[in-house]
Amino acid sequence: MNVQIILKGNVMTDRRDALASMFSAKGAKVNTNRGDEYYDNLLIKINKRLDELEKTEVASKTSIEHVLEAEGLTRRDFMKWASAACAMLMLPPTFTPTVLRAAELMNRVPVIWLELQDCAGNSEAILRSDAPTIDELILDVLSLEFNETLMAAAGHEAEGHLEEAMHTFKDKYICVVEGAIPLSMDGMYGTIGAKAETFEEHLIRVAKDSAAVVAVGTCATFGGVPAAAPNPTGAVGVQDVVRGKPIINIPACPANPANITGTILHFVLTGQIPELDHLNRPKFAFGYRIHDNCERRAHFDAGEFVEEWGDEGAQNNFCLYKMGCKGPMTFNNCSIVRYNEAVNWPIGAGHGCIGCSEPQFWDKYATERPIADSRIKAPTGGVEKSVDEFGLGLLTAAGIGIGIHAVASIAAGKKEGDE
Amino acid sequence: MANKHLIVDPITRIEGHLRVEAIIGEDNIIKDAYASSTMFRGIETILKGRDPRDAGLLAMRICGVCTGTHYQRSIEAVEDAFDVTIPKNARIVRNLIQGALYLHDHVVHFYHLHGLDWVDITSALKADPAKAEAESFNWHKTPYGTSKSELIQIQERLTKFVKQGRLGIFSNAYWGNKSYKLTPEQNLIATAHYLQALDLQRDAAKMMAIFGGKMPHPQSLVVGGVTCVQDIKNPARIALFKTLLKKFRHFIKTAYLPDLAMAGVKYVDEALDGTGGGLKNYMTYGDFRLDDNGFYKSALLFPSGVVLNGDLSKVHPFDQNKVAEDVTHAWYEGDKPLHPYDGETEPKYTGFEKKADGFSYIKPKEKYSWIKSPIYDDTRVEVGPLARMVVGVAAGDERITKYVTGFLGLLGDKLGLGKAAPASALFSTVGRTAARAIESELLADVMMEWVDELAANVANGDLSTWTEFDFDKVSKDAKGHGLAEAPRGGLGHWVKIKDGKIENYQAVVPSTWNAAPRDYKDRMGAYESSLIGTKVANPDQPLEILRTIHSFDPCIACAVHLVDTKGKELSSFKVNTSCSI
Repeated sequence: MNVQIILKGNVMTDRRDALASMFSAKGAKVNTNRGDEYYDNLLIKINKRLDELEKTEVASKTSIEHVLEAEGLTRRDFMKWASAACAMLMLPPTFTPTVLRAAELMNRVPVIWLELQDCAGNSEAILRSDAPTIDELILDVLSLEFNETLMAAAGHEAEGHLEEAMHTFKDKYICVVEGAIPLSMDGMYGTIGAKAETFEEHLIRVAKDSAAVVAVGTCATFGGVPAAAPNPTGAVGVQDVVRGKPIINIPACPANPANITGTILHFVLTGQIPELDHLNRPKFAFGYRIHDNCERRAHFDAGEFVEEWGDEGAQNNFCLYKMGCKGPMTFNNCSIVRYNEAVNWPIGAGHGCIGCSEPQFWDKYATERPIADSRIKAPTGGVEKSVDEFGLGLLTAAGIGIGIHAVASIAAGKKEGDE
Repeated sequence: MANKHLIVDPITRIEGHLRVEAIIGEDNIIKDAYASSTMFRGIETILKGRDPRDAGLLAMRICGVCTGTHYQRSIEAVEDAFDVTIPKNARIVRNLIQGALYLHDHVVHFYHLHGLDWVDITSALKADPAKAEAESFNWHKTPYGTSKSELIQIQERLTKFVKQGRLGIFSNAYWGNKSYKLTPEQNLIATAHYLQALDLQRDAAKMMAIFGGKMPHPQSLVVGGVTCVQDIKNPARIALFKTLLKKFRHFIKTAYLPDLAMAGVKYVDEALDGTGGGLKNYMTYGDFRLDDNGFYKSALLFPSGVVLNGDLSKVHPFDQNKVAEDVTHAWYEGDKPLHPYDGETEPKYTGFEKKADGFSYIKPKEKYSWIKSPIYDDTRVEVGPLARMVVGVAAGDERITKYVTGFLGLLGDKLGLGKAAPASALFSTVGRTAARAIESELLADVMMEWVDELAANVANGDLSTWTEFDFDKVSKDAKGHGLAEAPRGGLGHWVKIKDGKIENYQAVVPSTWNAAPRDYKDRMGAYESSLIGTKVANPDQPLEILRTIHSFDPCIACAVHLVDTKGKELSSFKVNTSCSI
């Protein structure tokens, strides 16, 4: 018994050391200044792309001027939005006019939105996005061709419309996917359409003629909820099903609408997918560690923690690490962009981060206790006996993950620079 | 001509995956109908073995629409098991988050998911904006956003869009169908509100985020209370909530209700002849605790109860022991209805039948859905806003009766009946849709009182947001249920806990009740039953089917994972891992 307690003590000390070294690592740095030459070249490339795009047939012919006019928005409002979008995509302010132009050309890029093994949370989230507002998205800017939640047609009519859009915009549309793909039982855990096509067949068919596939939310990216242990339906993410297409992962539960719009805007700008990290996540959004940009970070450094829900620490906005916050393990821009027109975010509302943009977060991070005390239902065996060891193992894995992340980031950066 | 067999899949403008098959006779009247859910995730299985304190976060992902409701129900099931009563602040905050969710859901449902079944957007192009402005004054003395200039702008936007021939998500709808009854001017008014509501609904989401952190999938509820103490402490946050609520309430009173009255008058024949009425058995778990006496002991804003055969003179008390689930026509093993605490099922997928026409049909005599058939006291029932209003009126609840009779009075007045429209008009597709609007007004009014109550309580120095409990002690062997309502009907979670871990988890939710297939006595579910006898103007454009199904506000993401699988995958999981108890 004594031995166990001492062992536990040692593990705890090691854990703190490991955490301390992890937090002071430079791994999460995102290169936001690549020098004039880089940006000059990029601008030439983008302008060329936009010239080409301008010549293509439009998916929805409404121009942004009409949108602005109808919305009672001024050119100035639009400029403000463009400069914010510019900053989010980590481009210098001089790119603002180019971003403006790209937004004007957004109607050249049709979007087909598929819902698979999902809860519609991501569609709901984009319904609430602030820039551009959804009615702009629907009517004016984007040509949202097929979204089961919003579209008016149903049944054969809806399927007919999907066929037509796929044919008309062959190799041009972006296929946005929400929800996981169940593979067990020959995929019969999810079917769609009068022919009872499985989700897997449906996705492969629609992705085949797309320009790129954007997986939105953690279910579509990494399997998410249905893939949580014991993964009863054999659910996987898009990248495990679709081959031979550029895939962008925009995880989180739900994905922040700002990151979805940002990715599509980037695609319009460059005709290419944005710079990605080792998990295929755009770095402009997922290059930030929650912990590094958290408003409560100073309390972590000062050793001031919430020890119990609603205690004095909670009333004073202390750090939530001891209440299970996984901000140190999680890469996303929630602490910067926030949610619902920046009105709040989970840590703002006094609850720790649950790591929802990380793979397998349901089995690793989504608890209200630090990892070592999590009592989580892990996908691998032997956890009951050595919770602390398991916690340490995970932590080390996270540390390595961050290391890999850093290396992968450099590699990805080079790759783009070389082109 | 023989009967026509119709498949509608996907049913769009719902959350999740739903297929409806209908048999339509030569007279274009629906003779038979089957509702099938075509997606399964197994969330209950996933919850087993986890710490009950974390269940809420995962259970919430059952649905991205009733998201906060699942979160709260799951946490309350655990609180019920642990016998924990939350502090007053926590109760009010939960009511406010939940109330904002109702308001958001009802408005989005009517305008963006259901409205297009009643409103022909292309017809709005033919409207005279000046006449439409005048028309809007028939329905409210200070109508919302329907001045001539505003309507001209909206029409211009639509015109451009339609001319381009690219209607995006509006294309291929059943525009021009004979069963659209509004005038072009009325269609223009509703279309204007459609676009204005798209903007406004973001405010309602913001209300939830103020105390919930984000929306969808808020993150501020924990077993024992809430975490958002900072947002409660800060008077500016409460004031912001109130400002947004006021704005939204204004829309409900001057746009949503008047539009419902307008549609109610135009579609009154369907309301009076009971089109889409269906089962006429209504059940509600009850919702919104008004005092701090603890779960199932407090007074409720929406009382629980059951009304049978549309008989408003009698309310049967609700007893959760009488809830059971049957799997005769659902893709699971099992031969008798079981209570959720004991619910045991094995997936048994038998699929569709591929016919010569290339389409796949359900096998009506066999299993045909991923949704089980819930039964209350061996009766099939309907849940939802209509059930809440009907039970409230039958129970003699003063507040509910006031709002319901108010709307029926308005309708009677506009129809020139010289008296209120009969309450029986509510037992229809139109009534189901109207009940949602009536409830929205009631809730928006009462929420204003709750915000003040919260502010006053905090001003009196009560900052308590969490009730302490000894986890190891209370979680040894416990069971509990969290039963209340989601916007679309009764939503309950049942949990059994053993040695600090979840032993069994079951959820019986709105779309399980409404979208379920037939049961062991071959009795129809609420959707199926409501379609029978409906006349379809044009079988190639089954608008009437959509209209009735949508009136339930289906949320199939919610209905499908409710299943407790013990299939082969699970067995192999048990062999391969030792972490599960």
